[in-house]
Amino acid sequence: MSLQLDTINLTLGDGDQQVVALDNVNLAVAPGELVAVLGPSGSGKSSLLAVAGLLLRPSTGRVSIDGTDVTDLGDRERAQRRADRIGFVFQAANLVPSLSVREQLLLIEHLRGGRPRLAEQRADRLLEAVGLTSRAGHRPGQLSGGERQRAGIARALMNEPGILLADEPTSALDRARGRAVVELLAQQAHEREVATLMVTHDTSMLDVADRVLEMRDGQLAPRAPVAA
Amino acid sequence: MFIALRDLRFARGRFALMGAVVALVALLMVLLTGLATGLADDNVSAIADLPATHLAFSAESGVKFNQSTVTADQWQALRSVPGVADAAPVGNSLFNGHVYADHAQADKARTEVLANGKATSADTAGAPAVDLALFGVEPGSFVAPVQTAGERLAAGSDGVVVSDDLARKKGVKVGDVLVLDRVGLELPVVGITRKANFGHVPVVFAPLQVWQKATFGSTRAVATFVAVRADDAFVPATADQAQRLTTVTRTAAFDGSPGYKEETGTLVMIEGFLYVIAGMLVAAFFTVWTIQRTAEIGLLKALGARTGYVVRDAIGQAAIVLVGATALGLGLGLGLGAAMPGNAPFALKPVPVLGAGALLVVMGLLGSAVSIRRIAKIDPLIALTGGNAGAR
Repeated sequence: MSLQLDTINLTLGDGDQQVVALDNVNLAVAPGELVAVLGPSGSGKSSLLAVAGLLLRPSTGRVSIDGTDVTDLGDRERAQRRADRIGFVFQAANLVPSLSVREQLLLIEHLRGGRPRLAEQRADRLLEAVGLTSRAGHRPGQLSGGERQRAGIARALMNEPGILLADEPTSALDRARGRAVVELLAQQAHEREVATLMVTHDTSMLDVADRVLEMRDGQLAPRAPVAA
Repeated sequence: MFIALRDLRFARGRFALMGAVVALVALLMVLLTGLATGLADDNVSAIADLPATHLAFSAESGVKFNQSTVTADQWQALRSVPGVADAAPVGNSLFNGHVYADHAQADKARTEVLANGKATSADTAGAPAVDLALFGVEPGSFVAPVQTAGERLAAGSDGVVVSDDLARKKGVKVGDVLVLDRVGLELPVVGITRKANFGHVPVVFAPLQVWQKATFGSTRAVATFVAVRADDAFVPATADQAQRLTTVTRTAAFDGSPGYKEETGTLVMIEGFLYVIAGMLVAAFFTVWTIQRTAEIGLLKALGARTGYVVRDAIGQAAIVLVGATALGLGLGLGLGAAMPGNAPFALKPVPVLGAGALLVVMGLLGSAVSIRRIAKIDPLIALTGGNAGAR
């Protein structure tokens, strides 16, 4: 399994403010699999991504990436794992405003201290794959929402991640553009054998996912089948 | 500095504004150091350029030029102190005088001064007036001036060698005669030496005996201080005790010149404030800039950037802005300095100017370092839960 969460509990806040964000969550995502997690806001979806993305440590439970337990790694090692193994697709893309689309991708290699020559080739191939070759020199402010999110997907794939975590990737897009983005995500996940975990509250995209889970009050469960 | 450089271009308006402030501070710094150097030159260049390592004043003078009197016994005794290569008396007093090209006129002025206390005829009283510092030195001693034109000082003569400043600003030339006000002494100008100032007036070098006559009305074997040329073996305290002297290094003696301490103290204080203000300005700018970039920094950390990477990026960015703006300001300051009128007390020397620039950059970097803690505290989690980097 590329990503494995074992009996994760996460309690946030303290004293009277304590909230159980994740309650005994188990999840495994295989390479090339796209798992969608559905749920209302506040259900713990973001916490799930944060734990899987090594941005939060679970209160109890284990997190494994590529079969290695990474639960107890220090901040520096976690940053290194994120740079090397994890791709993030954020809400509304969350691109660096001063960088061109191509530079957003090169930045990833730069953060890892990699070789620029190979990175440039990979960046250009990825931009072609997401259909942004003609927009490579544009800054985020000059792009449409859909283009921004496609740039975000290309950036997330730049480090050839084992795990791709997508946080409401369609929330800033209209139905048609949102669908295109999710289809791109699924296609890339399958082609590149990336274990992909997508959090969303948009039920219209679920047919694209290989598996759909539902999050409710911090608990994760397979989605009850709904008649199409 | 992958992001730093692109941010500089992207937010160039903001950085230009901040850079302009730093450049203006640098410009002001150049003008202030120029003024400080110029004033110091104007006040003590004659002392600074003395080929002496130490100056010995009478013990009771408090190391003040205008209160010290040393005797022949003292300077002769100093010559045999271990470590002393040479010691020479220097007399120093401030005078006013008039300059005459015509010797007959100078004679007439002298007669009038001796009779009435000042030149009284229209032609003698109307001659160019000069303020001067009369330096009495023994001709041939190591402190005697090196002339750039005319003759050197000669024993038994009244001939004087004047600062180039007097030649340039007052048109004094070899062959002119200086008549000192009140004492009525006639001093033929026999030579010109390089610029030497003391107490903001040009120096006139005279044989020691002439200085004694001008100051005391007769030749008493005294001077103001002893210029000492010594090596490391010289222990001033020992000589001081035996001879009732206070010996200080040449540069320490600057403080003994009237007003020197106050002038430099004022300027140093202004410069100090300016450095602190510049540091705080840069700190304020980079604090606000970091706050504006919070979402972006969180994103970078989420993408795997270490805090050290983001900090290096930010400090590098500050360094580029500071060095660029400081260089610009120094350039403007040097340009402005070059256009400064010649008689203003203003002199630019590379060491103080570059030193000021370097200190400004250091203060700016310290200011920018204030944002390091803020950068370190930003949690990468905000990339998921908080704002969007594109929102700034």
